[in-house]
Amino acid sequence: MGNRQNVMIKGTKDGFILKLDDQCGYEVLKEELIEKLSVQYKAADDQHVISAKIEAGNRYLSEEQQEELKEIVKSQKSLVVGEIHSNVITIDFAEQLIRQREMSSIAGIIRSGQVIEVEGDFLLIGDVNPGGMIRAGGNIYILGTLKGVAHAGCYGNEDAVIVASQMIPSQLRISSLLNRAPDLDVNEQESHEMECAYIDETEQIVVDRLQVLRNVRPDITNYRGGI
Amino acid sequence: MGDAIVITSGKGGVGKTTTTANLGTAIAMQGKRVCLIDTDIGLRNLDVVLGLENRIIYDLVDVIEGRCKVHQALVKDKRFDDLLYLLPAAQTSDKTAVDPEQMKELVEQLKQDYDYILIDCPAGIEQGYKNAIAGANKAIVVTTPERSAVRDADRIVGLLEQAEIDPPMLVINRIRNHLMESGDMLDIDEITTHLSIDLLGIVVDDDQVITASNKGEPIAMNPDNKAALAYRNIAKRILGESIPLMSLTEEKKTFFQKLFGFMSKK
Repeated sequence: MGNRQNVMIKGTKDGFILKLDDQCGYEVLKEELIEKLSVQYKAADDQHVISAKIEAGNRYLSEEQQEELKEIVKSQKSLVVGEIHSNVITIDFAEQLIRQREMSSIAGIIRSGQVIEVEGDFLLIGDVNPGGMIRAGGNIYILGTLKGVAHAGCYGNEDAVIVASQMIPSQLRISSLLNRAPDLDVNEQESHEMECAYIDETEQIVVDRLQVLRNVRPDITNYRGGI
Repeated sequence: MGDAIVITSGKGGVGKTTTTANLGTAIAMQGKRVCLIDTDIGLRNLDVVLGLENRIIYDLVDVIEGRCKVHQALVKDKRFDDLLYLLPAAQTSDKTAVDPEQMKELVEQLKQDYDYILIDCPAGIEQGYKNAIAGANKAIVVTTPERSAVRDADRIVGLLEQAEIDPPMLVINRIRNHLMESGDMLDIDEITTHLSIDLLGIVVDDDQVITASNKGEPIAMNPDNKAALAYRNIAKRILGESIPLMSLTEEKKTFFQKLFGFMSKK
């Protein structure tokens, strides 16, 4: 390999960038990284923690390898790995990303005992009857009456929202929070306008007019361009 | 080739067996050949409601296990000249004695000889239910105007939609007029929008239904009872006639005109 450098360290004002070559073997790279880092900090004794960003180029790093590299960098004093950037991801991971971003939809009724689970957003054109349940990793939009249970952001997304033409849910869940319908007479709750549910600053699920949604969750708008 | 219609509800005690017996009787009164199958193995009672209990020789399990031919097990109702037959359930085995494939085969065989096959489904959604719907190509869901019954009906409709069966039709049984008027009971509109399936008919709650089934004479044979008329109307609708829903009271007419509109739309 001669004197070709596999690890390059660059200093920026945000910390270090560790540029790793993507052509050499992983073991070679690891050894060189250890060696480089040990030379670098003979005298560094200040308490400042400097963040380091790893750039792996076109090399795929598995989870274990990422952990290993983080450990190596961390074992040097006063360095901590901010992020690992690689141009390569697995097809599985890419497909998962697609699933999390796409909106699935059903035209029909979710009846008692039926559970629909999607990783991304979910659009239902129809009702959710009592005993029926929707679980979505993202937002839930219902063009119909929600009488059952809706769980938005079920993998931990606290920004997820639930929107329904008519909200008479038996339960609303967002991320790990839960909200139960008040024990009112069902008939008194009818004739509502369109509503949305989200988690507010006090870590509570609140139900509000649909019109407030553009202010509390501006990220839902992903249309780019002038109106 | 006949139609096989399963009569189911999910919840017990809403009147599946009574409905099966009366619809079978009413269809036979229209001159069609009808075979009723009781799939409630271990808890048979369709034979009791029809008054045919003491004529049973073989049953459903005997047929499935090949101990007799189908026609040997069929019990003929003598009141209807060669039109109404019953295939009784076994009382000694349980639901696992039969599997859906065998039921399918049996119903296919019966379809050759009968215009209508009505399958009385047991309560629940387990093996007995799966057996009952296996051979059916149509389904009637029976419910009462109670929240619990409607909830279970909703579950059953969901399951039926996943089976290879025509969209199910709804019969609302045991309607108590005064409770519905005072708003203490779910009204018909509420139930049909909630379940959003076609309404086939409504049957009022009537003491005579119970006394008649105790005597083993289905109420549908009674010429001037309101529940009997309701069953006969449902039978006619099954045969393809368009009969308006009967009104429960004079004042409610406009309300029911809405429902007539609903029925004629389909």
